[in-house]
Amino acid sequence: MKTEEYQWIEAAPVEEFPSNGGAAVLIKGEQIAIFHFSNENRWFATQNKCPHKAEMVIARGLTGDSDGHPKVVCPLHKRSFSLENGKCFSDKEYQLKTYPVKVENGMVYIGFE
Amino acid sequence: MKKIILIGNGMTGFKFCEKFVASSLRHEYELLVFGEEKHPAYDRVHLSSYYTGTQADDLYLAPSNWYLENKIHLRTNEKIVQIDRESKSVLSEQGKSYAYDILVLATGSSAFVPPINGLNKKGVFVYRTLSDIDEIKKYVPHAKKAAIIGGGLLGLEAAKAVLDDGLQTSIIEFAPRLMPRQLDDRAAEILKTTLQELDLEILLNKSTEKIIGSDKIEALQFTDGSNLKTDLLIISAGIKPRDELAKSAGLEIHPRGGILVNSRMETADPSIFAIGECVVVHEMVWGLVAPCYEMAEVLIDNLQNGSSEFLGFDLSSKLKLIGTDVASFGDAMVKDENTKTIIYENKASGIYKRLNITKDCKYLLGGILVGESEEFNLLKQVVNNKMPLPANPEDFILGARGGDSSAGIGVADLPGSAIICSCENISKENIEMAIEMDEAQTVPLIKKCTKAGTGCGGCIPMLDDILTHYLKSQGLEVRKTICEHFDYTRQELYDIIKVNEIKTFDELLKQYGKGSGCETCKPLIASLLASIWNDLIVKQDTIQDTNDRFLANIQQGGVYSVVPRVPGGEITPDKLILIGQVAKKYDLYTKITGGQRVDLFGARVDQLPIIWEELIAGGFESGHAYGKSLRTVKSCVGSTWCRFGMHDSVSFAIEIENRYKGLRSPHKLKGGVSGCVRECAEARSKDFGIIATEKGWNLFVCGNGGANPRHADLLASDLSKELVIKYLDRFLMYYIKTAEPLTRTSKWLSNLEGGLKYLQDVVINDCLSIGDKLETEMDQVLSHYKCEWTEVVKSPELRKKFRQFVNTDQKDESIKFVSLRDQKMPAK
Ligand code: SRM
Ligand SMILES: Cc1cc2nc3c(=O)[nH]c(=O)nc-3n(C[C@H](O)[C@H](O)[C@H](O)COP(=O)(O)OP(=O)(O)OC[C@H]3O[C@@H](n4cnc5c(N)ncnc54)[C@H](O)[C@@H]3O)c2cc1C
Ligand code: SF4
Ligand code: FES
Repeated sequence: MKTEEYQWIEAAPVEEFPSNGGAAVLIKGEQIAIFHFSNENRWFATQNKCPHKAEMVIARGLTGDSDGHPKVVCPLHKRSFSLENGKCFSDKEYQLKTYPVKVENGMVYIGFE
Repeated sequence: MKKIILIGNGMTGFKFCEKFVASSLRHEYELLVFGEEKHPAYDRVHLSSYYTGTQADDLYLAPSNWYLENKIHLRTNEKIVQIDRESKSVLSEQGKSYAYDILVLATGSSAFVPPINGLNKKGVFVYRTLSDIDEIKKYVPHAKKAAIIGGGLLGLEAAKAVLDDGLQTSIIEFAPRLMPRQLDDRAAEILKTTLQELDLEILLNKSTEKIIGSDKIEALQFTDGSNLKTDLLIISAGIKPRDELAKSAGLEIHPRGGILVNSRMETADPSIFAIGECVVVHEMVWGLVAPCYEMAEVLIDNLQNGSSEFLGFDLSSKLKLIGTDVASFGDAMVKDENTKTIIYENKASGIYKRLNITKDCKYLLGGILVGESEEFNLLKQVVNNKMPLPANPEDFILGARGGDSSAGIGVADLPGSAIICSCENISKENIEMAIEMDEAQTVPLIKKCTKAGTGCGGCIPMLDDILTHYLKSQGLEVRKTICEHFDYTRQELYDIIKVNEIKTFDELLKQYGKGSGCETCKPLIASLLASIWNDLIVKQDTIQDTNDRFLANIQQGGVYSVVPRVPGGEITPDKLILIGQVAKKYDLYTKITGGQRVDLFGARVDQLPIIWEELIAGGFESGHAYGKSLRTVKSCVGSTWCRFGMHDSVSFAIEIENRYKGLRSPHKLKGGVSGCVRECAEARSKDFGIIATEKGWNLFVCGNGGANPRHADLLASDLSKELVIKYLDRFLMYYIKTAEPLTRTSKWLSNLEGGLKYLQDVVINDCLSIGDKLETEMDQVLSHYKCEWTEVVKSPELRKKFRQFVNTDQKDESIKFVSLRDQKMPAK
């Protein structure tokens, strides 16, 4: 990751996020879903809005993997999205915006371009 | 090398390629294929799934490189415009000419468009190719209303697609009934009612004269003088064989259209053959894939000096995707002195079934199924294989009454030669062989090995049945493992959790699974853990489906509902007032539910704890409306007030609801208690129902009121209250331990070998000697009950889980409401 290209903004301390699950943050008026895969200590972030019906719910979806690729499943109609690139597995028109995440001194940061 | 030119890369053309590659012809001939469409051959049968989002390449019958790998030269986007029979060559639109030794026409058909004035206006479409769908989808955002000309198989499919896309949709049919070729009057009438309930408008006896509008369509005018406003029109009034090329080459064409061939697929020109939907053979056009595939096979054989003939084909069909089942098979509408018909009609639930049988009641000739068509595959087999009918053929459509299995014919009775997959022409024997020799012991493997089930997919349930039956007959177990993360069945996991005292998902995943889990295994295991240990589910909130995670049902807009428990539906005025006050204070939409309680809709996730705090202070508990768990036990007023009441059904319902509240199960559980046979509590539509008798209570089990209504069966009669509870403990625990995930009791019972009798043996006669164990386990689980919301409200730690954002207390500004009848509603 080329960290210098991003502007890193504080999201919330690590302990505010559930383990192996997600939570939403509001940064500069934008809703962002942040996911912590604590079993492998990986973090992901995407837009919170589901592109299917434009509902702000992605952070509340179940997380998991399919063939080793991390994903999140929208709680409303179960569309699933890759957390690596935000692509919807079933419906290629839908795409979540993804954000880089870094953790420093117990604080989670989101990278903006 | 000699050359075969194939014109048309549709479904039939592709089948020809596939069979060509597998035959000896590939050593003698080069195959050059022309397709007018820009895509290589795709699955036209599932065109509607492209409408709903499947990608084009997922519909391709083979990827583009398949042709290359098999040395087939495929030229897509290149239409052939002329055949020169003298010089044996064809001319493409690009002006290039190609020589052939053998020419095969597989040009298919196009949509038949009746001569109507104004067809060239914008917004008028047909429904045949991927690019038609692209065009329609592009236009839909400019439209509110759609009309479909044609109430046949394809028209209905197109109608459902645009309806689901949010358009107000009307179907226009020239005949006096829908699907005139497949259905009789009564069946069509039932279908019509069902479709109207789906909000499709149906106009019969209408012939369209003119399309009105300046440059784009605005309305249709009919010959009877009436009008219909519409912004989009799809014409789906039948098919027209594409015989134009053959015609201009002087080949013989049927007076009603279609290239004439004999049963060997030969035209009068010895170098030219034709197959698929563009031909007329045996005096008709065969508009389904299965016969078209058969023609391709016949031709490949004949080109290798074989002597195959196309002899006609079963035109049974089943409609996909329309929101109700519609199927017709064999001779669907015969009625003469040599036949008898058996008809079952249930207008209330939209079901119509008709069987045509020979006068001597020995053989089935055909029939129609509307509303429910589970029997379709089997009935089709009975017709096609001329199997003798059992004594009560009506059992096929009514289900056996009082007996164990349905009419006594199952996959086991089918002869080995029975064609199971008619698209690919695969027999029962072929499938069994694949299971045995190639160890294709799952349905996907059978599909891969034999190609059965890869066409229309209609035979897939039967593949499953054949597999299950085969494995059983070999004494092998049928294992349904839950997902890629756990190579175990639900039952195996149940035992693993219990025996090893596993309390968390993470522990189980580490020891018995792999990866990070998924949306299938997480909620399933959450439910198992809850059924076995009854620990507080919010402790492992992130393995729960959203409803269980936030202890409330998610709705439009991502807001939630609040449903407090009202055992037996009995409520004091004070509690009613409190519900009203809370609803008012938080501006929640309020509705009496079908389960004798009140639902408060439209709470933001961060409001849930405060709302529940106030309700709990007033004596309420969670109603578990969000869980796969006990919902409600409905009651009727019973003997306390009602002049007919035998016993106090309200007190008993409250006792039962309080006993099982919070019990987690494979699917939700509902109960009912009625004070007499008048059954005002509708107990027999519940998973368990209790009805008062003179001598005690009758216990009914496995009813359902939802998608597939089923009356509960009598498990035992004239029981004391104690015995009712004992049997219920055993019944419920047995169900919890053995049912597949998300299987309601009614479906579980219909899959349970031995059926009701066996269940009675387990519950009443304790034939497995597990009665005591089931009761103890139930006691243990129930003793751990805690109201989930009470626990959350008390704990600041748990309350934190209900924040909207973890970095700020700001509210979600995106949630919007409008007002309807003095209450709020989600804004669409
Ligand atoms: C509120 C209510 C409708 C109403 O306004 O009356 C309702 C609302 C929902 N029902 Fe229902 N059902 C309601 C009574 C029923 C009934 C009638 C009854 O219980 O007597 C039935 C038919 C009886 C039965 O279950 O056998 C019923 C059959 C279903 C089904 C189909 C179940 C089936 O086996 O076929 C579903 C879907 C499911 O569970 O998978 C469902 C699912 C739902 C869900 C949970 C859909 C969802 O996942 O969001 C709805 C949640 C609403 C919400 O946001 O709170 N609801 N639902 C009723 C709540 C009853 C209660 O107090 O708990
Ligand atoms: C929406 C829909 C749903 C259907 N559902 C079912 C179903 O459930 N069950 C079922 O059995 N059948 C169903 N069908 C019918 C089934 O799709 C057809 O029977 C089948 O596609 C016929 O195959 P074919 O190859 O003969 O014709 P087509 O699939 O039409 O292929 C012919 C191809 O030839 C091309 N072509 C024509 N002329 C030329 C030329 N001069 N030069 C180059 N190329 C040319 C065409 O562009 C086309 O690509 C459905 C059809 C539709 C449209
Ligand atoms: S079921 Fe019987 S007791 Fe109950 S209200 Fe109806 S008539 Fe009265
Ligand atoms: S809103 Fe996400 S899948 Fe429908």
